[in-house]
Amino acid sequence: MSGFSDRRKTMLSFKLHREHNRDLQKQSSTFFQDLFDPGSFRTAFPGIESDDPIHFPGYRRKLKELRRVTGTADAIQAGYGKIGGITVCAAMLKREFMMGSMGTAVGETVARVIELAANKHTPLILFSASGGARMQEGMFSLMQMAKTSAAIERFKRGGGLYISVLMHPTTGGVSASFAMLGDIILAEPGALIGFAGPRVIEQTIGEQLPSGFQRAEFQLAHGFVDRIVERKELRPVLRQILRLHSSTWV
Amino acid sequence: MKKQKKMPAFEHVQIARDRNRPKVTDLISGLLDDFLELSGDRAGKEDRSVIGGVGLLDGIPVTVVGHRKGRTVEENVACNFGMPGPEGFRKSLRLMKQAEKFGRPVITLIDTPGAYPGMEAEENGISAAIAENMAQMSALGVPVIALITGEGSSGGALALGVADRLWMLEYAVFSILSPEGFASILWKDAARSSEASELMRMTAAELYEDRLIDRVIPEPEGGIQSSTGDSHVFTDWCGFLKTALAEEIRKLSGIPKEELLEMRYQKFRSIRSERTGNNYDTGN
Repeated sequence: MSGFSDRRKTMLSFKLHREHNRDLQKQSSTFFQDLFDPGSFRTAFPGIESDDPIHFPGYRRKLKELRRVTGTADAIQAGYGKIGGITVCAAMLKREFMMGSMGTAVGETVARVIELAANKHTPLILFSASGGARMQEGMFSLMQMAKTSAAIERFKRGGGLYISVLMHPTTGGVSASFAMLGDIILAEPGALIGFAGPRVIEQTIGEQLPSGFQRAEFQLAHGFVDRIVERKELRPVLRQILRLHSSTWV
Repeated sequence: MKKQKKMPAFEHVQIARDRNRPKVTDLISGLLDDFLELSGDRAGKEDRSVIGGVGLLDGIPVTVVGHRKGRTVEENVACNFGMPGPEGFRKSLRLMKQAEKFGRPVITLIDTPGAYPGMEAEENGISAAIAENMAQMSALGVPVIALITGEGSSGGALALGVADRLWMLEYAVFSILSPEGFASILWKDAARSSEASELMRMTAAELYEDRLIDRVIPEPEGGIQSSTGDSHVFTDWCGFLKTALAEEIRKLSGIPKEELLEMRYQKFRSIRSERTGNNYDTGN
């Protein structure tokens, strides 16, 4: 883009960004429909919005605009349905909404879907794709790490099966809370998974990171995920896991 | 007395980071008798950025876990400036589980710029270590009090903060990220940290107002760090803090375990600011 003026570059990158987001939106709107048994998926807790707890400048306006563009209240979709005939509760973080970041609305929806799974006695699947805690909600966001981790721990101690699926990217406060607490942890090929962002680590150590650092394959090699699963294999693998656990909690 | 003008948040940040601020070792000596330091994560490493052990708080055996910062460069290199790797959080978890086994209450002392953002930390699973420490703490069957004494930055601070009571020293700060990191992420300019700290609501007074912490522990005007050299003032202040902690531990120890755990769960479960909007496509 060297021939363009700065303004033109910004416009172009904004346009690319918007198109990219539209693709992501299309993907996430059909994601659950493709994953669950046909017609079985039902949305739960669709309208949970953040209330701008620290009155961060411009945040309300930004949320309003994103809600209009994406048609969802925040960076998460939750619900329940059947996979291979087995009812599960699930939620997916949405990258197209402020990088899937976790503020109070995401944290509350995650906690509610965990409690829904506990009450319905179903397995729980959380699909993470997030830059981490949402800066614009300050400590209210950080506290969602404790809230969701506590909810997961309670669910697991009650005997529930929790499958965590890590998609690109899963970093910061999401990877350091519910995403890394799965009884079984799956990751999509090439997904960036880590606590600190690559740029922050490079600044700390003063050198470039080797290629493949913090990718799903790296996490598998270091013992932090159980399996790498391609998108098209996700449904059969989840079916298998659910089938193998079907005697435990039904 | 004349009402003081509100101090800018960034001055709190600077006080919280002051090298004379009481470090975890100063507080342990000031608060506990007969302290026995314990080491290691039992999985291959001793992380010096986390200190832990057992001691007597006003006669009550307690487990203490805290971030260790130094004063000199040598001390800080040895404890990695108070930035734990996964091994530090696994050591913390080991000592908390041990406390649970022996029915000992836990006190955590929080003072960290954050978990260490390095390669080795990522290779050894810093995310998983923080998550596991929080999850296990949320269900630990003994009373837990967390006290933020200096800077409490990000997940590395909260990892030791899932407690029945969350207290802060008056000039301590507790934030989603350092103000430099916050400014860097939102505005791509770490130099705007002072401006960021004004927006972040990270001082003890602001967090108390937001009901995210339970109690603010008063300090001498301008901060306890200016009294570290004055042993009389520091000793008196530690005596006051010791009494407050011991009273609270005795109170919490009287609550049946199931009730205590339910209260701890609800304490974090109830942190929300969301509302229910309408007109969303449910996709059904």
